[in-house]
Amino acid sequence: MLWAIVSITLLGLAFGFGLGWAARIFRVESDPVVDQIDAILPQTQCGQCNFPGCRPYAEAIAAGEAEINQCPPGGEAGVRALADLLGTEVLPLNPENGAEAPPEVAVIDEARCIGCTLCIQACPVDAILGAAKRMHTVIGPECTGCELCLPPCPVDCIDMVPAPPLTSWRRPRPGTSREASAFGPAGIPATGGR
Amino acid sequence: MHTDPMERARNAGNTLHPFYGGLRLRHHKRISCTLPLAHARLPTRLFVPLQQHAGPPAEALVVPGQKVLKGEPIGRHEQPSRGWVHAPTSGTVTALARRPVTNPSGDDGPCVLLRPDRLDTWTDLHPIDDWETATPERLRRAIGEAGIVGLGGATFQTSHKVADARQQTVHTVILNGAECEPYISCDEILMRMQPERVIAGARVLQRATGAERTVIAIEDQMGAVEGALRDALSRSGATEAGEVIDIVKVTTLYPEGGERQLIQVLTGLEVPRGGRPTDIGLLCQNVGTAAAAADAVIEGKPLIERIVTVTGGGVRTPRNLIALLGTPVADLIDQSGGYTAQAARLVIGGPLMGYAVRSDDNPVVKGVNCVLVLTGDDVRPEQPEMPCIRCGECARVCPARLLPQQLHAQVCHDLLDEAADFGLDACIECGCCDYVCPSHIPLSEWFRFGKSEWRLLQKERARADAARQRFEARESRLARIRDERQRRMDEKKQALRDDARRKRRIADAVERVKSRQTAPGGDS
Repeated sequence: MLWAIVSITLLGLAFGFGLGWAARIFRVESDPVVDQIDAILPQTQCGQCNFPGCRPYAEAIAAGEAEINQCPPGGEAGVRALADLLGTEVLPLNPENGAEAPPEVAVIDEARCIGCTLCIQACPVDAILGAAKRMHTVIGPECTGCELCLPPCPVDCIDMVPAPPLTSWRRPRPGTSREASAFGPAGIPATGGR
Repeated sequence: MHTDPMERARNAGNTLHPFYGGLRLRHHKRISCTLPLAHARLPTRLFVPLQQHAGPPAEALVVPGQKVLKGEPIGRHEQPSRGWVHAPTSGTVTALARRPVTNPSGDDGPCVLLRPDRLDTWTDLHPIDDWETATPERLRRAIGEAGIVGLGGATFQTSHKVADARQQTVHTVILNGAECEPYISCDEILMRMQPERVIAGARVLQRATGAERTVIAIEDQMGAVEGALRDALSRSGATEAGEVIDIVKVTTLYPEGGERQLIQVLTGLEVPRGGRPTDIGLLCQNVGTAAAAADAVIEGKPLIERIVTVTGGGVRTPRNLIALLGTPVADLIDQSGGYTAQAARLVIGGPLMGYAVRSDDNPVVKGVNCVLVLTGDDVRPEQPEMPCIRCGECARVCPARLLPQQLHAQVCHDLLDEAADFGLDACIECGCCDYVCPSHIPLSEWFRFGKSEWRLLQKERARADAARQRFEARESRLARIRDERQRRMDEKKQALRDDARRKRRIADAVERVKSRQTAPGGDS
């Protein structure tokens, strides 16, 4: 009887120390859920979700302070991925935050630009280059199309244009091609044999 | 098994090894090999696409109305040695327009329209006369500027492949003459009719890469090819120059001509996933590419023509033709006796890896090795796609040792990350799985789609990561500036406060002194 009590107590102490040690060694600094949510968000940093950037929105979702349907650039696919990750219902995009649209980039009409630097200060990803009273320009590949530079511009010289595609051509999804018979497997000769 | 991989790669071709999977297919090659190789007639108009290689498209160097000479550059990429396109014959540029460019997407692309003047006047050529002693860099530049790309179909820029090989110390060049796909015979006819070009190409590539040895792999069914190559080899003076060129026959099995499969057959080694043959000291090039490289270096001629097999039950007299790039496919079919009554489908490439095109208006481009016209009997009847029954036949024939059934389910459900974990990017799109699938699932079509979507997803992620980094960098910079400003404000306030306190202290002292001086009981 005594041995049983002693051994169980010792085991309990040993596991207790083990767990305490593991908690210290394998301590996770940041919330992994926030990182995972942030990885799904499109990083346009546009603020359409009413948070000042993707990371703050991710933190708000993790804390339960925001819905998963407030990100128009992420679109339906983004909502689905978030719902998958968090195990919640898929919600339609909240129209208050905006509608899903094809990606765009900002272009500065350099003839009209007066070099006020207001757009440079507004750009969340430092994609605008220029100096006071010097012409500004957008670094195309770095622009996320967030449109935050549009409102501050006093001369309205920034236009949004469709973003250049990331790839020169995409394969159509099998079965959905324009003309199924004209495009598709070449046709395997029936006469072949193994 | 115990020897060092590099050492085994050096012995490429000395013993043959099996590769996993594959199919034994009926060859259908003889029908196009009965007529001798001939030049195609000069067409009345040429449509030369500006993108005939893998990678970013070339920019046009000509304007409508301009006269060009044969071999003059008409397109190139801004980076040197990239994407050169040359005028296939002398004539006048009539327009720059978007037209079908003969690629699997069936999309239009920028083309240079050329009306030949029928004089065929060459521009000034700059052959490297001392190529046997020239530096590898000079040979490589000549190969790049001649616009040479992999003629086996992948159209990867040869100069880049060679440059990569130079950096990685390649010891053996493998010339791929194992043309394993049914119907296609352009490499066979090249090796039989113009073996000296292939041997010269082997020597040029060996010199350009700094390799010690070349192995020319041919199929055991190719008959006269071996003798022709050996003849040409003994006449070439390569042996006297101390160059080692071996000719190895491999057994015919589809897809033995795939780069990775051929290397496995010759060395018993697998190219690591995500790696390149140069990782094990090998460079693999198609025999046609080698011949084109020889032309570029020894004669200074850019790549403006290639051998195209025009074949299938749908053409009257199947044959191999040397066609100028930009020649409409219809012209080649005309010279092969035209369509038969049974012609049903026009395919660019072979029956397994090729793609059907809608019109014979498509031009010949660098990657077109075969124009195949199938008859209604050849084409597998349209059958409804049935659900996968998990028979596992596809996994049994997959030469990349993947699980096509699993990949298919993943790609269908857009689980691209999972599919990538299962090796989607290792799929060589050979079509073996399609061929054996009893449910008629177009598996390789799905994998092509999945691979292109996966690449796009990777790019999107890279872009999002870059945006995240820039956003975080900006946030931390702004925070730093804010802190800095705050600190300065605090300091100033502190200083002000200090100032006020000091003044008060002085005032107090003055006050004290004054009060003492005016005190009534002072000893004055």
